[in-house]
Amino acid sequence: MFAQLISDIGSLWAKYGTVYLTGISNTLILSVVATLIGCVIGFFCGILQTIPCGPADPFLKKALLKFIRIILRAYVEVFRGTPMILQAVFIYYGMPYFFGVSFRDIWTVSIIVVSVNTGAYMAESVRGGIMSIDPGQSEGAKAVGMNHWQTMLYVILPQTLRNIMPQIGNNYIINVKDTSVMFIIGFSDFFAVHKMVSGAVFKYFPSAFMEMVGYLCLTLFASFLLRKLEKKLAGKSDYELVSTDSLVMSAGTYSLPEDAVSPFDEISKDYKGGKS
Amino acid sequence: MSGHILEIRHLSKAFGSHAVLKDIDFTVDKGDVTTIIGASGSGKSTLLRCINLLETLTTGEILFHGQDVTKGKINPSAYRAKVGMVFQSFNLFSNMTVLANCMIGQQKVSHVKKEEARQRALYYLNKVGMAPYINARPDQISGGQKQRVAIARALAMEPEVLLFDEPTSALDPEMVGEVLDVMKSLAKDNMTMLVVTHEMAFARDVSTHVVYMADGVIEEEGPPAKIFTNPDNQRTREFLKRVLNS
Repeated sequence: MFAQLISDIGSLWAKYGTVYLTGISNTLILSVVATLIGCVIGFFCGILQTIPCGPADPFLKKALLKFIRIILRAYVEVFRGTPMILQAVFIYYGMPYFFGVSFRDIWTVSIIVVSVNTGAYMAESVRGGIMSIDPGQSEGAKAVGMNHWQTMLYVILPQTLRNIMPQIGNNYIINVKDTSVMFIIGFSDFFAVHKMVSGAVFKYFPSAFMEMVGYLCLTLFASFLLRKLEKKLAGKSDYELVSTDSLVMSAGTYSLPEDAVSPFDEISKDYKGGKS
Repeated sequence: MSGHILEIRHLSKAFGSHAVLKDIDFTVDKGDVTTIIGASGSGKSTLLRCINLLETLTTGEILFHGQDVTKGKINPSAYRAKVGMVFQSFNLFSNMTVLANCMIGQQKVSHVKKEEARQRALYYLNKVGMAPYINARPDQISGGQKQRVAIARALAMEPEVLLFDEPTSALDPEMVGEVLDVMKSLAKDNMTMLVVTHEMAFARDVSTHVVYMADGVIEEEGPPAKIFTNPDNQRTREFLKRVLNS
């Protein structure tokens, strides 16, 4: 039994090995690119939805923000609420009707469909991620004089990214598998190769076996990389006290003697505070 | 115009129908160390948050060097850069190291060059005794240390006034001292400070001016010697009796 399976796989690989590899690489490229673009879309939507707006703001700003929020809401609900396979068909065959142009480039359509779909999910993840950050963080940023965009860019979004990293990983792994539905518009991903090869040589199980192992390898490797990235984003787990820098006083001194203005005055004359 | 750094005029704040602050008037001059004392819920923190424009006031004016900052003519970010704030819960940026916390505002808001920002950050971190910890992240240091870093972060912007919102209330008792020491040394350096606190010893010994608030109004204000030994107001007397005897 096993011997039969192994020899079947061997013959499949000998004949169609490069086809399978091309399929894997197509799947990999599509899922990586679309997940990245989806993240950008998601962050963009998440930021737009969290622009602060008080009753004191001018009417135009309030109206515009309201409008943006309605559009984003519709986008999220439509693309989260319909199957991706249908979205692919819809866009691929719908374009000629509405714009008089058709995407004959399968890659373009596939990337658009998967990105936009991922973006709809990511928009909600990012929104949740931003809401989960302690309001004190943005108050602290405002207190040093940052405006909304600076607060977002330097304080809130880096923390959001760290918090939603597992979600991004989730989306990526879902994309690795779900890009297989793009065969419907003729995208030759890893799964499409299986359909083609097994249809030609009628070796369904050996081919499916290879597909299973291939997809698992792709997702396990992705999980591994994501864990590494998460660790990196979390920062070092320890720190070293600095005592060699010429500007830094020796470690462990905190309480100033009552009569000293600043112990630093005796260490370096390089920088004098603007005050005092 | 007036020589006051900050002038609060007829400030009122209501959350819905609940009036938290009623017709607050007071001024802060250069070098003043003003402490605001009073029972919890008397509106002290809200007043401080209004001054830093973290809350929008219902009515009234806040004049900074004679200019009203509440009517949108002055960019709130530019104003906040000159009025530092230290929070009860520290609010250090948890995605940055101690050093980056003290540099980011200088670099992005005041457009100070990186090397100068670093020197300035180290200068103030030395002042609060936290320079050895520049590579630590906020979740790796203790509460008292966090608060000292937060003070250095505010100082690094070289503000004209520093607002303290109950800076020691979230700290373990043994860490209160180190933060108060830093604040005392700032007072000695003539830093203009506005401090909301429950530390009566600090109010009595360090401040130049004491404001007692109750139920959203200023009941009494004056020099600490007067407020703490011979207050005019009956409520002030009762409040001090309660907190000093406990």
